[in-house]
Amino acid sequence: MSWFTEFPHMSDEALRDLRKVIDDGFREFTRAWGGTFETMFEPLRQFLIQSERLMLATPWPVMLAVVGAIAWFASRSWKIVIGSILTLLIIGYFDMWEDTMRTVSMIFVCTVVAIALGIPIGILMARSNRMQSVMNPILDVMQTMPSFVYLIPVVMLLGIGRVPGVIAVVIYAIPPMIRLTNLGIRLVDKDVLEAADAFGSSSWQKLKNVQMPLALPTIMAGINQTIMMALAMVVIASMIGVQGLGQPVLRAINNQYFTMGMFNGLAIVGIAIIFDRVSQAYGRRLQKHLEIVHG
Amino acid sequence: MADPAINEYGIEIRRLYKVFGPKAAELVPLVEGGMSKTELNEKHGHVLGLRDINISMPAGCIQVIMGLSGSGKSTLIRHINRLIDPTSGEVVVGGEDVVKMTPDQLREFRRHKTAMVFQKFALLPHRNVLENTVYGLEVQGVPRAKQVETAAHWLERVGLKGFEQKYPNQLSGGMQQRVGLARALTNDAPILLMDEAFSALDPLIRMDMQTILLDLQKDIRKTIVFITHDLDEALRLGDQIAILRDGEMVQQGTGQDIVMRPADDYISSFVEHVNRGKVIRVETLMAKGPADAALPQLPAGTLLDEAARRIIASGQERFAVVDGEGRPLGTIDMATINRGMFASDAA
Ligand SMILES: Nc1ncnc2c1ncn2[C@@H]1O[C@H](COP(=O)(O)OP(=O)(O)OP(=O)(O)O)[C@@H](O)[C@H]1O
Ligand SMILES: [Mg+2]
Repeated sequence: MSWFTEFPHMSDEALRDLRKVIDDGFREFTRAWGGTFETMFEPLRQFLIQSERLMLATPWPVMLAVVGAIAWFASRSWKIVIGSILTLLIIGYFDMWEDTMRTVSMIFVCTVVAIALGIPIGILMARSNRMQSVMNPILDVMQTMPSFVYLIPVVMLLGIGRVPGVIAVVIYAIPPMIRLTNLGIRLVDKDVLEAADAFGSSSWQKLKNVQMPLALPTIMAGINQTIMMALAMVVIASMIGVQGLGQPVLRAINNQYFTMGMFNGLAIVGIAIIFDRVSQAYGRRLQKHLEIVHG
Repeated sequence: MADPAINEYGIEIRRLYKVFGPKAAELVPLVEGGMSKTELNEKHGHVLGLRDINISMPAGCIQVIMGLSGSGKSTLIRHINRLIDPTSGEVVVGGEDVVKMTPDQLREFRRHKTAMVFQKFALLPHRNVLENTVYGLEVQGVPRAKQVETAAHWLERVGLKGFEQKYPNQLSGGMQQRVGLARALTNDAPILLMDEAFSALDPLIRMDMQTILLDLQKDIRKTIVFITHDLDEALRLGDQIAILRDGEMVQQGTGQDIVMRPADDYISSFVEHVNRGKVIRVETLMAKGPADAALPQLPAGTLLDEAARRIIASGQERFAVVDGEGRPLGTIDMATINRGMFASDAA
């Protein structure tokens, strides 16, 4: 009756062999292709380096002015502008300016990559139900798989450093971007689309003139979530060599420096709030003309 | 168009069936066999949209389509530019079957040959009034200056000058509907499809918009398909009127035909409240034949109301009805007019 009380599992040897075969296979693969992948991701590495260099080289008052200007154009709200600048001032005063700039640069690159990949994939998903049914389970895996698990192959392939960090962050943060692009396009009013059809719009014209503009507020919500999730990954990414606010937190964990952990953690929260408020306010502004239509 | 007076885009709809649902094609034989809309829905869960529609709309005429809510008017008009694919049948526009067009041909056809006004307006909410109005021309790739010029002309004509920069959600329903109208007119297509295009307008503006259409017909002569619930509007605008019920055509003819000779009780109930004096024309009721040259004359096309007023004012008993060149067509007297105005079986 042992099969009843104990799950009849694969024999230990078989399991060990299976793992060994897969591991060896992958190791073989990394040895053969690692270099190719590295050159493939070279542009991404350059982008990361340049963006970080730019943020660090810019004098802090200029940076504050830029952040203030972006916040103003996106939100048209003085409250948000002042809040953002004040938060950055406090962060700088507690000597976390450089790490913050590194993190912001990293988040910026990750978001750009997530948008550049996520929007086209979302559009494809919205166009074909088959694509949607293929993508949905993949996105589920990306969102629920513990991030450490896919860090392993990424690190094996590309080693420790910024690029694998970005890849790990993007894998984790891109699903809302894709899902909300898909959803936004699918929710576009059928009557409006029909009118676009009736005037003979090509599918590109429909996408450009009707679907994307009307989906934009939903897509903005996706961008917002992607940024938030990318920030949540900062500490984990620092484990594979991404510099920024995550590293002091990691050091603080290892050495039980409570205050240091706290300050850097709060700095992450601070920039998260800035990103969130600014992008949400922008999303709301986009929606201004889409609300209540008289009938 | 080189010569605006010539419009060769007549519309011929032949044996058109539309069944809504996944197995529509298999169910057409049943519908052809006479299965009713209710039975089709109960037994097979499919909705009968249109059954055996045959209609010929001559180029340059206004064809009105009437019928109660759910009778299939919007479904029918959407077949003309193939926003809906028929389950079977032909829709021949200007000699070409729309149903057989490739996607590219269809897009060109929609861009250059048709313009549509929608029952629910269907404006682009993120574009202001001007940008909505230029949409058709923008899709065609017309130069921007020309787009704006044409759009401004029609916006002024529908009474929306000064609202160019407003967004649809800042306008009343009637104003939105006029944006939809301006958008369609700006397209300058030979075929104009209007699905309850005036339903949200107040009576004065509605009259004005009807006048726009009739003026337009004087010099451009588009082929216009016009859906309305308002019989007075139908009679004022329509060269021909078709009446639908439950997806079937119940009567087609001129306004005079429909008012004088309703095909069944359904149509009688449509026409019984109409103000006959303002609808029926003298030539419909006159006794055809030669007329005494001494009789006072009434031009053909005079409405009964007006004719009665003239007869009473003149003190004469009998009038000659004459055509545009003054040739006599027949005669009419006060008693006939009275009967025409009040009795429903005058003819
Ligand atoms: N996409 C669809 N799927 C299923 N049934 C439909 C669809 N479109 C229309 N119908 C059905 O077809 C019938 C005719 O609808 P249609 O919209 O043409 O009516 P209508 O005459 O325009 O009415 P109204 O005056 O209210 O606008 C209705 O019974 C409707 O339920
Ligand atoms: Mg309708």
